[in-house]
Amino acid sequence: MPHKFIVCDPDLCVGCQTCEFACSVAKEGVFDPLRSRIRHVRVEPALALAVACRACEDAPCVTACPRRALVRDDRSGMIRVDNERCDGCAWCIEACEFGAIALHPERRRVVICDRCIDRDEPECVALCPKAALSVSTPDVVAQRTRRNVVSKLLAELAQG
Amino acid sequence: MYSYTGRVLHVDLTSRQTAVQTVEPEFLKRYLGGVGLATRLLFDNTRPGVDPLGPENAIVFAASAFGGTVVPVGTKHGVATKSPLTGFVGDSLASSYWSHTLKRAGYDAVVIKGRAERPTYLFVDDEVVQFRDASHLLGKGCFETEEAIRAELGDEAVRVSAIGPAGESLVRFACIGNDRGRQAGRTGPGAVMGAKNLKAFAIRGTKPVRVADPAGLTAAARDLIKAAQGTATEKYRVLGTVANVLVLNRIAALPVRNFQQTTFESADAVSGEYMYSHHRERAVACSGCAIACEQIASVKDGPYAGARTSIDYESLYALGPNCGVDYFPAVIKAAELCDHYGMDTMSTGVVIAWAMECFERGLLTENETGGLRLNFGNHEAMVALVPLIARREGFLGDLLADGVKRAAARLGRGSDAFAMHVKGLEMCGYDPRGMKTFALGLAVGTRGGCHNRSGAYEPDMKGHVDRFAAEPGRGKLARDAEDYAAIFDSLVLCKFIRGCFKDFYAEAAKLYTMATGLEMTPDELKAAGERVWNVKKAFNIREGWTKADDWLPPRFLHEPIPDGAAKGVYILEDELRMMIDAYYAARGWTPEGLIPPAKLRALGLEDLEASLYPTAGVGGRVP
Repeated sequence: MPHKFIVCDPDLCVGCQTCEFACSVAKEGVFDPLRSRIRHVRVEPALALAVACRACEDAPCVTACPRRALVRDDRSGMIRVDNERCDGCAWCIEACEFGAIALHPERRRVVICDRCIDRDEPECVALCPKAALSVSTPDVVAQRTRRNVVSKLLAELAQG
Repeated sequence: MYSYTGRVLHVDLTSRQTAVQTVEPEFLKRYLGGVGLATRLLFDNTRPGVDPLGPENAIVFAASAFGGTVVPVGTKHGVATKSPLTGFVGDSLASSYWSHTLKRAGYDAVVIKGRAERPTYLFVDDEVVQFRDASHLLGKGCFETEEAIRAELGDEAVRVSAIGPAGESLVRFACIGNDRGRQAGRTGPGAVMGAKNLKAFAIRGTKPVRVADPAGLTAAARDLIKAAQGTATEKYRVLGTVANVLVLNRIAALPVRNFQQTTFESADAVSGEYMYSHHRERAVACSGCAIACEQIASVKDGPYAGARTSIDYESLYALGPNCGVDYFPAVIKAAELCDHYGMDTMSTGVVIAWAMECFERGLLTENETGGLRLNFGNHEAMVALVPLIARREGFLGDLLADGVKRAAARLGRGSDAFAMHVKGLEMCGYDPRGMKTFALGLAVGTRGGCHNRSGAYEPDMKGHVDRFAAEPGRGKLARDAEDYAAIFDSLVLCKFIRGCFKDFYAEAAKLYTMATGLEMTPDELKAAGERVWNVKKAFNIREGWTKADDWLPPRFLHEPIPDGAAKGVYILEDELRMMIDAYYAARGWTPEGLIPPAKLRALGLEDLEASLYPTAGVGGRVP
């Protein structure tokens, strides 16, 4: 079964940062973007997107960790951090091509999105005001993209 | 303490001294935050008669009890200073990252006084305060300054409030920009920063926001976030506030050509609907906002190709119909320039419209305008004038940079008859002649020509009252609208979410308790709104306010609306006076509009008595 991860639709995202507040309160009981496992990014003035772990098959963060603190869970596809082994060296942060890993400001260990696998729905997805976030698989993402692209083509053809 | 930090940072730019004041939860609960907290701290940290542009004036920034939490639209901060435009309280609000970063750096408010010897920017880096050289930033626009400081400090998480060239030139309606496109816009706080040689205020805040009941607050926030996607906010999300153009045109309340008309023959060309189909790129949100009302508009071709900024109704009215301009790209260009130079778009549009009327009436010659043919509708002249005002260039640029009240006084020639301001603050985009409740709210408002500190137009526009009739009952309506707005401005919550509450006072009080852990009843919240309003009023009284200041521009009192659904309507002086008297009575103030000591005591403001009535007991004026 393909692995699921949190995806963000840039057409819907308005850059409100609610996902960061939702994540930090769900995971840590406080509101703090620096503790959030999902991060929004804005390219001013009009582009916004949120980024969380993509559950890469051959995850570069796992390869980069010199202490073998990161392990990819075969069932969920998500990256687990062994806090005993992690010493906050941040090699994984550099290795991640999406900037999806953060260093916890107090514990000085890395934190990575676990898709809230212990909940019905990730808190960021539940609270996203614009329904820009969803839990998806690469297959479903591709389906959606194909559908959009074909719809656009059709609209253009109809216009002549 | 939850959500609040209990700390106020004091900064003296002259001596480069800083101090941290501890404030009690009870004090914070009484003023809430935002505008309320900022105004109270302004009162406490300035002497009567302080020069707005002198070093002794304070500029206060105050965070919100909901800022940095998941409560939607709570991420706003209040700014209060003695306004260089009105000489009274100048309170404004801005939103987004800067607002919660202030709190996450560990402060509920920052009070800045003094004057830096050299151009300086302040960098509050959690506990460390740096006074950094800003010489290289002079002349840069608001966005450019933000970006330059972030690049210099090497961290995107640094958020910046900055002034542009207009603030540096002490344009009296200069604003403070933050987070690219948000502004503490009205009453000229940018000029106060400029006078202090303070180019920018940067913050890095790395602390978490802890609330008393994280689960409860998150659940309540989730309901509000969902409600904020419904019909109550649809206007803001889809067209944005620019939808007002056609609505106001229909009821003949759209200011056109410096309020000479109230319907615009080219309204369709400058409507929200036109912007949506021709210029809107998309809507974006402030940090912490579930609505996303900020409509980014851009120009693809023509003389203003490449212009891009966010457009709301007030910018559109002021730089569009009010200047007789029906070419939408010019509005976008002029607003972009205002945002760059750091000037209030509303005041800018109103001073330009006044200059246009002067020109058409032959009160300003082409020699005095530097060759600009300032006829209404000449968008090229309007766009050309914006940088001149921002830099105080030429006779006209310098004249207009002082705001329309001073400009009319300086030019003379009878031009004050159509200087559209209240208490020195240029008008907002609603003509009050056919909205009598709003006319009252506008006349008595503490900050002047403003629709944001009192929603007194709502009973008129929603048809709760006969909008053309003046009645004593409007006094109570105006009072309630002010107290209601003061709560939003102080909690802080953006008013655009007001339609999502079923029982606002009960729900907001509960949110407040879940965030702060301080018990708050709906009645206490209402009392806080009344208290905040009275502190603003008390500040004005201390600064020399008299009953004569609660009045409207002569045009509204003597010139009937010439066209449209409100044709023939104007405001009789007697009916305005009658409503003002009713308002003072509803407020529990004296017939002269002063706050009697008993009222101060009832609001728990007895400590203001000595500064309001300094000679009490020795034959002074005790109301």
